[in-house]
Amino acid sequence: MRFGVVVFPGSNCDYDSYHVLNSVIGVKTDFIWHKEKNLSDYDLIVLPGGFSYGDYLRSGAIARFSPVMKEVKNFADNGGLVLGICNGFQVLLESGMLPGAMLRNKNLHFICKHIHIKVNDNKTPWTSSYNNGDVLRIPIAHADGNYFASDDILEKLKKEGRILFQYTNEQGDVKDEYNPNGSKLNIAGIMNEKKNVLGMMPHPERASEKLLGSEDGKKLFISIVNFLKDK
Amino acid sequence: MKAKIIVNLKEIVLDPQGETILHSLNEMGYDEIKKVRQGKIFFIEIDESDEEKGRKKLEEIAHKVLSNPVIETYTIEIEK
Repeated sequence: MRFGVVVFPGSNCDYDSYHVLNSVIGVKTDFIWHKEKNLSDYDLIVLPGGFSYGDYLRSGAIARFSPVMKEVKNFADNGGLVLGICNGFQVLLESGMLPGAMLRNKNLHFICKHIHIKVNDNKTPWTSSYNNGDVLRIPIAHADGNYFASDDILEKLKKEGRILFQYTNEQGDVKDEYNPNGSKLNIAGIMNEKKNVLGMMPHPERASEKLLGSEDGKKLFISIVNFLKDK
Repeated sequence: MKAKIIVNLKEIVLDPQGETILHSLNEMGYDEIKKVRQGKIFFIEIDESDEEKGRKKLEEIAHKVLSNPVIETYTIEIEK
């Protein structure tokens, strides 16, 4: 098993993801420069957080044209697991690998704090180590995390069970007042139709060690490993 | 040939920046300002003398790169 973390100019959570995958989860992980064109060695591709290309134009808008993104798309089309965290989620939206777009946070602030999200489904490659309805304490750190999609897309996401994570309180109640950024339906993470591509604004890699205040994100990576082992 | 491409959020999309600017203007006493929507303008020079061809290229980049069709619309103004 081998994981890859894509590095765009301006990525800054690449080392966090690399560290957790390599040293906490214990899977051999490589950095993949954005000009790379061969992903055949990998079982999971992570698009990390950060500010690819300085967030110029729109968050993720330039990164989607990086040479590696064509390969990431092929990789996903062939069933490979692709995880986009924060800026990585924005890149997945801009590239059309996931539906919708990100707007500036409703309160216009860059929000950096621990929030709560609820796991809506544990029958996915990403969440098998959680229970349905588990509430995770996990950090967000973004200015453009206000998820937007048209009503018919939102309806489709709901119907197909593709809204994997929603912002909640500690008890797991999905309400407006627990929505940090104005996202439609409190969306914190969604999957593609085949559920092998996940984009999420919260940072599981920053919540995978006790020292950092929460380990609630670690089971996401453990779930991935278990999924790949059983495959 | 020179052109301007104006990119704006669609009407159905909330514009928190525009809302905040409107609120500030009203606070300052500009009560007659009723709506502000913030957008972007790209000033472009294109090496193409045929207007038709130029417009086609501009349409292409406006759709593919400069705007995100999920949330934004664009208009193209060619300088004569």
